[in-house]
Amino acid sequence: MNVLTYVHAFFADGAHWQGYDGIPRRLLEHIGYTLLALGLAAAVGLPAGLLTGHTGRGGNAVAFVATAARALPSFGLLVLIAVGIGIGLLPVMVPLVLLAIPPILVTTYEAVRSVDPSPVDAARGLGMPEAGILFRVELPAALPLVLSGVRSAAIQVVSTATIAAYVSLGGLGRYIIDGLYQRDYEKVAGGAALVALLALATLALFWGAGRLAVSPGVRRR
Amino acid sequence: MSGFFDIPSDLQHSYLGLIGLHLREALLPVLAGLLLALPTAQLCARLRWLYPPVLGVTTVFYAIPSLAVFVILIDYTGQTELTVMIPLALYSLVVLVPAIVDGVRSVPPETLAAATAMGFGPARRWFQVQLPIAVPAILAGLRVATASSISLVSVGALIGNQGALGNLLADAQRYDRPELALNSVLTTAVLAIVCDALLVLARNLLTPWMPRGTRASAKTARRPEPSEPEGALR
Repeated sequence: MNVLTYVHAFFADGAHWQGYDGIPRRLLEHIGYTLLALGLAAAVGLPAGLLTGHTGRGGNAVAFVATAARALPSFGLLVLIAVGIGIGLLPVMVPLVLLAIPPILVTTYEAVRSVDPSPVDAARGLGMPEAGILFRVELPAALPLVLSGVRSAAIQVVSTATIAAYVSLGGLGRYIIDGLYQRDYEKVAGGAALVALLALATLALFWGAGRLAVSPGVRRR
Repeated sequence: MSGFFDIPSDLQHSYLGLIGLHLREALLPVLAGLLLALPTAQLCARLRWLYPPVLGVTTVFYAIPSLAVFVILIDYTGQTELTVMIPLALYSLVVLVPAIVDGVRSVPPETLAAATAMGFGPARRWFQVQLPIAVPAILAGLRVATASSISLVSVGALIGNQGALGNLLADAQRYDRPELALNSVLTTAVLAIVCDALLVLARNLLTPWMPRGTRASAKTARRPEPSEPEGALR
């Protein structure tokens, strides 16, 4: 009840809608950090997951990388890097990318590995090259799971990108961190609501992407 | 790196004391989350229509950054350990409910029918058949929840010294002693890895019938480890 009142007051205040500290600008910054971190993590996790899943080798390495990346505390890394090399984009990107890699890597690996082996054998028997098998047989069949891994990473990055504000960058975390120090609950609750809304929008985006990209034959299963 | 283990006195704990505090603040919520998740998952596995709405609500909650929840909870529970532990318990719940529901649902119907035919009532069937078979899935969820919880406790440092090892991060900045930040990150990571190893050990002890070294075998293959882990700061 209380919290809802704060959220409402935050959105009703016209000052929050414009200027340097306005919602549109902070939202764009937040989306920018998220896309950058997610893109970097996907550039590492997707090829590695596809390759290990296709060959069936390196499962232990995948599990090890995922466990290690999960064990590193994001907030601690942020402070450590910021203290070590100074404030900037790097202290934010390292923890975010490390956060996003395990779900993408592990899910992609599992997804490709768990594809029904008979179509894969059939494709190989018909003389399809290995790359063709991976991209035209295994990947389409594994796509729903692969997407779910990227989606889970995206949700986590959206909510964790709030830490960028702690090292004086922007994003929606600005409202939460500033609100904390200014004892301004309205800002904190409003910022949290914006992050949650952005996460919901991310879910919707991935649902739509799944409808468009996943082959109907796979979806119906 | 002199003074690596030289903990500033404002934290009012020794190094080992901080570790104990960190483990308590991280693991009690996971335990509470598990105790809440078991009945919730049982309900969701029973009443199929209940599962999608529960999943939706928990996913939204999952997306709210922990710091925001801490700050909002200060209003109700003050700057205490409880303020840190309540959100962590809820995050654990969010990870564990789908893990348990998927694990319980993966029990083959023949197995259930056999248990019923042997005269097992619903309660006995749940505890002696469904839960044991779901152990690998539940433990996979517990691993994710534990790692995330251990990492998230540090954020409590931002609401006034409730972050256990995370308080070292604040002090590293306050006293310009970067080695304290390194200490915090390394110790937290080691704690997470040790707890993870213990959970793997527990899984192996609890599932003596599973072949070793085939963690992601056919049974869990369709839906891989509920590895949608919760992140660190969220």
